[in-house]
Parts: sequence; C-alpha cells; structure tokens
Amino acid sequence: MKTRLSLSQKSGLLSLGLFAAILLVWQLLTLPETHVAAANVDPEYAALMGGGGAKAASGFPTPAAMAQTVWDKLSHPFYDNGPNDKGIGIQLGYSLARVLGGFFLAAVVAIPLGFAIGNSRVVYQAINPYVQLLKPISPLAWMPLALYTIKDASASSIFVIFICSLWPMLINTAHGVANVKKDWLDVSRTLEVNPLRKAFRVILPAAAPTILAGMRISMGIAWLVIVAAEMLVGGTGIGYFVWNEWNNLSLTNVLFAILMIGVVGMALDSLFGVLGKRVAYQE
Amino acid sequence: MTSPSIHPFLQVENLARIYPSPTGGEPVTVFDHVNFRIHKGEFVCVTGHSGCGKSTILNILAGLDSASLGNVFMDGREVSGPSLDRGVIFQSHALMPWLTVLENVAFAVKSRWPARNKQQVREHAMRYIELVGLKGAEYKLPSQLSGGMKQRVGIARAFSIEPKMLLMDEPFGALDALTRGVIQDELLKICAETQQTVFMITHDVDEAILLSDKIMLMSNGPHARIAEIVNNTLPRPRESSAIHKQPHYYPIRNHLVDFLVSRSKLFGSLRDAPGAPSSPTVFDPADLIESEPEAFSELPVGKPHIHLVNA
Ligand SMILES: Nc1ncnc2c1ncn2[C@@H]1O[C@H](COP(=O)(O)OP(=O)(O)OP(=O)(O)O)[C@@H](O)[C@H]1O
Ligand SMILES: [Mg+2]
Repeated sequence: MKTRLSLSQKSGLLSLGLFAAILLVWQLLTLPETHVAAANVDPEYAALMGGGGAKAASGFPTPAAMAQTVWDKLSHPFYDNGPNDKGIGIQLGYSLARVLGGFFLAAVVAIPLGFAIGNSRVVYQAINPYVQLLKPISPLAWMPLALYTIKDASASSIFVIFICSLWPMLINTAHGVANVKKDWLDVSRTLEVNPLRKAFRVILPAAAPTILAGMRISMGIAWLVIVAAEMLVGGTGIGYFVWNEWNNLSLTNVLFAILMIGVVGMALDSLFGVLGKRVAYQE
Repeated sequence: MTSPSIHPFLQVENLARIYPSPTGGEPVTVFDHVNFRIHKGEFVCVTGHSGCGKSTILNILAGLDSASLGNVFMDGREVSGPSLDRGVIFQSHALMPWLTVLENVAFAVKSRWPARNKQQVREHAMRYIELVGLKGAEYKLPSQLSGGMKQRVGIARAFSIEPKMLLMDEPFGALDALTRGVIQDELLKICAETQQTVFMITHDVDEAILLSDKIMLMSNGPHARIAEIVNNTLPRPRESSAIHKQPHYYPIRNHLVDFLVSRSKLFGSLRDAPGAPSSPTVFDPADLIESEPEAFSELPVGKPHIHLVNA
C-alpha cells in the first residue's frame, strides 16, 4: 500500500530538491578550473590577474566556503572593530532602526491623514493631485534635498524611508476608510455613536485589513530602499556594508549580506502577514 | 395602558420623494401624499410592489434619509436625524463581523447607556441574547452563525436599546420558511412582552397577517401612495403554524393578494381623476366577511385560540 503525502510534505520535498539542485549547480560552476586555466589562458594574463587560474575562479565562493562564512559571521554578529569592520548584527540593526523610524513616522502621518481623505470627498479631491504627483517620485530623488536641509546622513535616510512608506499606507487607509460598508455606518448612526468612538470602534476595525495591507507594502518598499539609501550616504547599515565589501572585492561577504537582507525582509513581511491575519474578518 | 389618544405616537404627513430626472426632463416622483399614523404599541406592516418606495419611507422614519416634502413626527417632535429612540433591523442584518455576538449587542447597549460599566452592559446584552434564543452562541463571530441566527442577533441588538419604536426592512426575506416561522413566533412573543411599536416592511402576505395590527398597502409608483389600510382583527396570541385556521385569515389574505395582483396598478391611473382619494381607504375584515357568512359562523371570532390549542 502506498502512503499518500500531504500537500505540505510534497511541497517541502520539492523545496529541498530545489535547494539541492541549486547547491549542485553552484558547486559545479565554482569547481577549481586549474587544469583548464593552465591549458587555455595565457600565463602572462593569468599572472596579471593576480596569480594562477585556480585563484581567479575562486573569486566566487564555493558553497562550502560560503557556509563557513555564514557560520563565522553569525557566531559573532555584534563585534565592533571601528567604522569599516562591524558585525552583521550591528549593521542590520542600524538599517532596521532607520526603517522602523521612517516607517513609524510615516504611519503617524499617513493613517490620520488617510482617515481624513477617506471620510470626506472634499479633502480627497483637495489632496489627490499632490498624492498623484509625489507618489511616482523615486524616494532616492529626495536624498540630495534631505541631505541639504537636514544635514545629517542618518536622518536623511530616515526621511527617505518616511517618504517611500507614506504613499501605500496613505492610499490604503483612505481606500479602506472610504469603503467601510454603509450598513455599519448606518448602524452607528442609529445608535448615535459619537465620532471618536465611531472612528475607533467601527471605521478602524472595518478598514484595518486594508490599512495593514498598505503597511505591509510600505514595509517591503522601505526595506528595498534602505539598502540603496545607505549605499548612497555610507557610514553604517547593511547597504553600506554591501558597498564596502564590494570595494574590498569580497564577493563572499556581499553574498552573505544579500542573504541576510533577504532573511530580514522575509521576517518583516511575515510579521505583517501575521498582524494582517489578526485584524482580518470574514463577512 | 392609555387608549390611542388624538395625538398618535408617530405621524407622517404628506411625505414625498422626488428625484431629478436623469435625462433632464420632468422630475420623477417615487411617492407622494403619503400620510399615516401609528399608535403606541401598534405593529404596522407595509407591503407593495418592488420599487414603490417602502425602504425609502423606512429610512426617512429612521432619520437615515430625508424626504423631499413632508414631515415625520414622533412623540410630538419632528424626526430630523437618526436616534436611539428608533431601533432599526436591517435586511442584511448589518452585524459587525469583527465583533462576537455578545460584543455586537454590547456595542449597542454601551451606546445607549454610556455610563454603565462593563458588567452591567454585559448582563443587559446577555438578557436580550437569551431572549432570542442564542444563549451559548454569545462568543461566536457572525461568520460562524447561520442566516437565521445572524438575523436574531440583529433583533437582539435592536431590542436591547429599548427603543420607542422599531423599524424593520424585510428582516426575514433571506430566510427559509421554517426558520422564518420560528423567528416570527419569537418576535411575536417579544413584542407582546415589551409592548413594542413596530413599523415593518414585508413582501410576505402571511407574515403581515401573522404579525401586524394594521397592514398598509402601497400602490405602484411613480406617484405611489398608501392606498389602503387593512385592520388586522385576528385575535392574539397568534402562532405561525396555526394562523390559517382563523376565520378572518382567508378573507384578509384574499383581500391583500387581490390588492397586490390588481388594485395596486389601478390606483396609479386613478390618482389624477377628479375626486380621487388622497387619504387611504380603511378596510375592516368584518366588512369583508359579511359576504362569507358561513366561514364566520363556524368559529366564534372571540375565542379562536381555544380551537388552536386543541388543534
Ligand atoms: N438616485 C435615484 N434616482 C432616481 N430614482 C431612484 C434613486 N434611488 C432610488 N430611486 C427609486 O426609488 C424607488 C424606491 O426605492 P425603494 O428602495 O424605496 O423601493 P422598495 O419599495 O423598498 O423596493 P423593494 O421592495 O424592492 O425593496 C425605486 O423605484 C428606485 O428606482
Ligand atoms: Mg426595499
């Protein structure tokens, strides 16, 4: 008799298989090509490139070397040996702090403003042109202006995060508030619920799933933008780390940073996924 | 108890709803010259064809909508907006899906009596949840309830604020016949206990006969009116399963169905004729029954419930 695998078991197996395949291809592509290099490459050229053919191929780490790096870096995430040598935990911490700061400021502005826009056609029509104009601007385009006015690199990246997190939250809040079912509003009207109680007990929970979806999008964008912003302004943060390691020609460290950016991004996204489920309701 | 005074509890005068024509021509009058009164403790049903303006009238009474012309007075004061004095049971139950049954009712109770503490609100809400037979389901979310149960929560919520008047827009339209019967009986019981004044829209002639003291019949629009008011003289207490055994039942029912099938259209064509009635004709089943004396003599009108108990 054949035992049937559940859906999650099947997909788990497929995922593992895919991982193994990736490792295999990676391993094959980074095999030391000593003999090939020795045979085909002009020795003078090889010397110019800084050593033998074997070394040239090893610029891209093998899976084993990569695993070693990941292990080493993660076992000491918080060391600090001066501006150009900090543990990955510290760098990620700087980036996270900036993202959360900018994101929080954006939420403080976007949610009340979104309420106002969603509640009133007049406010909506008054503000809509600005939103449409400002929304398509790449957040990094604000950077020079921010650096000029704020005169602080870290605060400028927080400002850039603020700007890029603002729009999805603002638009979703306004949309969620404007589309609260008329029945629920009629119920609160017949119950003579005061405006503040209506906002917190009816409109907010009704619009919460839409607002949280907007926050999730904002957080995703913020995490994308922080890397670019920190590459630009330098100093600290995961974006600066990537750029610094590229300048050191350490592809292993760059790869490691990429992996960490992905992991943290995934964690942030699933956090908002969980929060979204909390406020979701089924009609 | 006071007898119906000269000042009725609810008075509707010359209500009209006029929409500007979409094509720019003459404006559309959905209904006009709507006049009626409801006394305290009365249960009034309204029926009429789709689109004649029943829901619009109910929303105007609720204060959720406003009339183009005319006035509504309740308890001597003009209705100008929604109020806790008028509870509304919505056709779509309108429960808040993120709140449990108890929280939905408690939200209304807390709105009515903001000074009450949590425990008092809870006790009060539970009393009405029990009244509609939902004890044990108080921590469920609306999505975990059947259609009939949701409608009961809506009823509990509306009753819990102890409004002076209850407005219902086809509250049982979406329910199957069996569930409807059960909830109708519950509603009858609660209304009898609380002496509730009710204005209810229904498309179901039997429901109107079962529940009401008066049935208002609306003619078709445009220029819809309340064409007839039928006094429902069936004795109380009534029960959905036995109501059709009452001697007045079929005469009333035939009269209502006749109206919906034929007379509702006639009225519209008569309205501009000179001498057309501007106030509704009042019908008493006693008049209707005279043509059917044998049905009348079979059972004494005064005590048909005795017959029902044995049936
Ligand atoms: N914005 C509008 N412009 C023009 N006519 C409208 C507008 N809104 C509603 N109406 C008309 O008002 C009339 C009354 O609608 P209402 O919902 O009160 O009817 P109803 O008697 O409750 O019908 P039903 O039994 O189907 O619920 C309808 O004929 C509709 O066409
Ligand atoms: Mg209607």
